[in-house]
Amino acid sequence: MDIKIPYNEDLRPDTGLYNAKLGIWLFLASEVMLFGGLFSSYILLRAGASVWPPIGLDGQSVAHLLEETIGLATFNTVALITSSVTMVMSWVSLKMKDISKFKMYMWITISCAIIFLIVKYFEYSHKIHEGFIPAHDTYMALYFTMTGLHVLHIIGGLFVLVYFVMPDGIKMWDDEPIRFTNRIEVFGLYWHFVDLVWIFLFPVLYLLN
Amino acid sequence: MSNKEHHEESFWTKYVFSIDHKVIGIQYGITALFFLLIGFSLMMVMRWQLAYPDTAIPIVGPFIKWLATLNGFASEGNLPSDLYNVFGAMHGTIMIFLGVVPLIVGAFGNYLVPLQVGAPDMAFPKLNMASYWSYLPGGIIMIISFFLPGGAANSGWTAYPPLSDIATQGQTWWLVAMIFLISSSLLGSVNIIVTIVQLRVKGLTWMKLPFFVWSQLITSFLLLLAFPPLEVAAIFQLMDRIAGTSFFLPSGLVISGEMLQVSGGGSPLLWQHLFWFLAHPEVYVLILPGMGVIAEVIANNTRKPLWGYKSLVYSSFFLGFMSFTVWAHHMFLTGMGQGMSTFFQITTMIISVPSVVILSCFMLSLWGGSIRFNVPMLFALGWIPMFGVGGLTGLPLGLSTSDIHLHDTYYVIGHFHYVVAPGTIFALFSGIYFWFPKVTGKMLDETLGKIHFFASFVFMNGVFFPMFIQGLAGVSRRLADGGASYAHAADVLKWNETMSYSAWLLGLAQIPFIVNLIWTLYKDKDSKANANPWNATTIEWTDATSPPLGHGNFKKTPVVYNGPYEYSVPGMKDDFLPQTKKIKKGK
Amino acid sequence: MLEYLGKLSDKLGLPIVSSDHGYKIDIVIGWVHWLMILLFVGWGIYLIYAIFKFNNKSNPAASYGGIKSHFSQYVEVGVIVFEAFLLVGLSLPLWSQLKTNIPDKKDVHEIRVVAQQFAWNIHYPGADGLFGSTSPSLVNEESNPVGLDRNGFGADDIVTINQLHLPVNKQVLVYLSTKDVIHNFFLPEMRVKQDAIPGMQIPIYFTPTMTSKDFLQMLKGTAREGQGYEIACAQLCGNSHYRMKGYVTIETEQEFNDWLAEEAEYLDEEGDDDWDDDW
Ligand code: HEA
Ligand code: HEA
Ligand code: CUA
Ligand SMILES: [Cu+2]
Repeated sequence: MDIKIPYNEDLRPDTGLYNAKLGIWLFLASEVMLFGGLFSSYILLRAGASVWPPIGLDGQSVAHLLEETIGLATFNTVALITSSVTMVMSWVSLKMKDISKFKMYMWITISCAIIFLIVKYFEYSHKIHEGFIPAHDTYMALYFTMTGLHVLHIIGGLFVLVYFVMPDGIKMWDDEPIRFTNRIEVFGLYWHFVDLVWIFLFPVLYLLN
Repeated sequence: MSNKEHHEESFWTKYVFSIDHKVIGIQYGITALFFLLIGFSLMMVMRWQLAYPDTAIPIVGPFIKWLATLNGFASEGNLPSDLYNVFGAMHGTIMIFLGVVPLIVGAFGNYLVPLQVGAPDMAFPKLNMASYWSYLPGGIIMIISFFLPGGAANSGWTAYPPLSDIATQGQTWWLVAMIFLISSSLLGSVNIIVTIVQLRVKGLTWMKLPFFVWSQLITSFLLLLAFPPLEVAAIFQLMDRIAGTSFFLPSGLVISGEMLQVSGGGSPLLWQHLFWFLAHPEVYVLILPGMGVIAEVIANNTRKPLWGYKSLVYSSFFLGFMSFTVWAHHMFLTGMGQGMSTFFQITTMIISVPSVVILSCFMLSLWGGSIRFNVPMLFALGWIPMFGVGGLTGLPLGLSTSDIHLHDTYYVIGHFHYVVAPGTIFALFSGIYFWFPKVTGKMLDETLGKIHFFASFVFMNGVFFPMFIQGLAGVSRRLADGGASYAHAADVLKWNETMSYSAWLLGLAQIPFIVNLIWTLYKDKDSKANANPWNATTIEWTDATSPPLGHGNFKKTPVVYNGPYEYSVPGMKDDFLPQTKKIKKGK
Repeated sequence: MLEYLGKLSDKLGLPIVSSDHGYKIDIVIGWVHWLMILLFVGWGIYLIYAIFKFNNKSNPAASYGGIKSHFSQYVEVGVIVFEAFLLVGLSLPLWSQLKTNIPDKKDVHEIRVVAQQFAWNIHYPGADGLFGSTSPSLVNEESNPVGLDRNGFGADDIVTINQLHLPVNKQVLVYLSTKDVIHNFFLPEMRVKQDAIPGMQIPIYFTPTMTSKDFLQMLKGTAREGQGYEIACAQLCGNSHYRMKGYVTIETEQEFNDWLAEEAEYLDEEGDDDWDDDW
């Protein structure tokens, strides 16, 4: 009885893909629709507002705070782009069968993700502290929802990243090196996507106000 | 079922947390049938209220009274209007998201797609398991919400804000449950697409795929791409309800005399756009796999190839694509301008064309056939005109001007029940009778099946046809007294009783079906059980291991040589040519 | 012919039509039902014939090739042509007529309709023909449901609850809005149906063509006898959605003006709005 699933590691000739790669592309397509929905909502809500960011019930607008945080957000953009680059490097290292380099690049990626989250934490708490909670106005609502969902993607990714360098995850390298390399490649695609989303979020939420 | 006890030790991994697509398919099937029953039971209670407003309900009255008291509504064994709204919203939600879609995609898709493409399992068995195990909690959350103060969600399955934003906490649970269901669909659809694209066996080229597989492929794409915007909408609504944001709340609302203290600046129509962007493709999610089932059954029971296989495939593609462009035909009366309405009317008329083509192909397939009238075929033949009525009545709704009169009346309810109840549900029944021997090795009883079919056919029409009469007279939907308060409903109010009796009789008509299922399951397996009782051609009947299926699908990976519907090939002894049977050239 | 065949709608059990655009909507409904009936009956006959002719007793051996004719293509082209006619010939022009020719303010009778859970507030501009300003902060469910500012233009405005009076044969322009959730302003006999969306004020216009008196006359002997025009709410809006009903009275210009004058008098006496129904 043959129960091994074909094309788990090798490429199917007519599609040129292994299963997980097609899977991740499909998943990313649905993610595009998710963030597409968010950005479309942003456009619709913004088009309906007379000032942007709007004035809340307390008569305040977040505009002045935003200027202060552009620096932090730019820093975060750099952190994420770096992590995307090191993600590619770790995959390349695997392709060259250099597992220690792989680990090094993975740890840099992980550090970047953690730095991103820490900065985000300060950004959030600063805004909340000043009274700019999601309920303050539509901009704040969008800001927290959109960046919040993005942060959830980072946190999810972080768990997977850590799993890959833990003994439990990395042991696949010894048994099924191709499959492990595929996993890193597939995860890398996800990670680039999360990065890309940020590249859109950054101007939309911080710069175009 | 005695032979199952020997596997006691592996019970959990074998039957509960299984990663075998066949077991998961069965799990989906049983759970979804159960939810269908709940959805239907809600409606049987509602139909009492519609026929005899504000009178105590026989038999279940005390239970309704108990539930109403728990929710904080007054009831003397009747269905109070608050609870009517709860039941209505939950009937729609349960039927669509917990009943039909999990049955037709989760169960049928899961069980049959790998078999029909010759794969050993789904491409990602663990995700497959995760998909079921995020569907079930979603369903359980929905059910638990019935017992909250204020009851379950009560703003319709469409959950339009601001009503849903200010509704009782059942709505929050509804949103959370929806997020579970969305995740489940997402996992399931990725899995089905990858399985079809990557795991087709040698020789199974695209144009040799059974139409059922095509329908699942397109459906999965719809699920994959249409659900995320609803997820966005659900998250927004959760934020509105929990974090006090106003995504869907404009400024200056006054609710029960109190000014609503929110920042405002939101748009109620944003929800409708996001919702219908999902929900229109969703209706094709309901019907496409149903069409897939009908195609298989018709080809098999006419004993001839499906007429216009290629047109069927292209039409379904076109249907799937177009379904993303018509969503605002549900919103004609929201104050839409000329441009929008022109666009959506045109796309809506265009989308009706592939359905006409598909239906024509099915009907022309009968020509020249040698039709066997077994139960699956009866349901398939019943499906054709019923779907026809449902589809045709979509046309006046698709023209914005005639929709002015018909929008949100029982005409709409009639339209979509003809496509989902005698439509999708008949397709499901047809599929259940057809593949039951594949799943269990036992044939369902024909006589009970025929009673089930004829009774269902008659009573379905009895429930849904009068809806057109009421709808044309202008009776609105979602009225807790069935229109008794309105003068314009006076002339057609009498139909409420007819519809309700038909609904209850329709319920009775399901008893032979349930008896049939249980009785057949307990029946000893026929020693001469035939692996291919319908003399079918597709891989699941001809090459797969005989039921009950153990782990693994095929003794030897099959290779495909023929198209899916090679019935009555001239010059052959048998009237069917399995996909995997090699014939010599020139014969 | 367009109208004659469109009159199929008379056979479909629509409410008696009493607005001037209403019969045009009926014609669309009539025509599209022709298409539906043709397709259903045509294919239905085929289906029954095929089922009898090709059952396995009378036709034991199936034909591999099946039907060869292009009959279905012709039907499909026919459907496309018919639908194109429905769109271009009927629905698109009518919608544009209904939505884009906003009438000149001078010639119409303007009112505001403000929906709320679960009542219809009707706001007439009063003798000066101008609406007073309204504000959510002025809303008092007891005395001022629409939040009308009685200073300025609002001084002579008339607000009724669930009572819509209109003169016959004169175009009305309704500004439709809502205080809380989405409602739907539905006048079955006028073929008027429009969502009231929070945060929006949506103009709709129509011309009633039959007085309530004549209408009631026509109802004699039906189940509806004695019950005149009404406003229905056609969008789920909460637990009492099913009885969010308003009453409509269509009268002659003279009667209508008398009614307005009476209401205005009432306003002077009470300094308050009218409460003349069961709400
Ligand atoms: C399976 C589900 C399903 C399907 C397939 C369809 C199919 C169609 N629907 Fe329907 N629809 C719903 C489910 C579905 N719908 C639901 C659930 C709602 C209500 C949601 C809510 O508000 O709660 C709805 C509401 C709805 C509306 C909104 C109405 C309103 O709220 O005012 C509109 C408007 O355009 C519409 C149009 C159509 C059209 C044009 C089709 C077309 O695709 C139909 C094309 C088919 C044909 C044209 C049939 C061809 C027939 C023949 C060839 C003849 C056959 C004859 C014999 C066999 C004898 N639908
Ligand atoms: C797939 C979707 C689906 C299905 C199948 C049905 C099926 C039925 N529906 Fe429903 N309905 C909706 C989706 C569906 N409905 C939606 C979306 C709404 C709108 C809600 C809203 O307003 O928000 C609605 C609203 C709705 C209304 C209008 C309520 C109102 O506006 O106030 C009515 C009224 O009669 C109704 C009746 C029925 C009836 C009699 C059936 C019957 O046809 C039921 C037939 C069902 C069966 C025959 C079940 C058979 C299954 C079994 C017997 C299981 C066996 C079990 C085991 C073996 C374990 N439905
Ligand atoms: Cu107001 Cu329904
Ligand atoms: Cu639709």
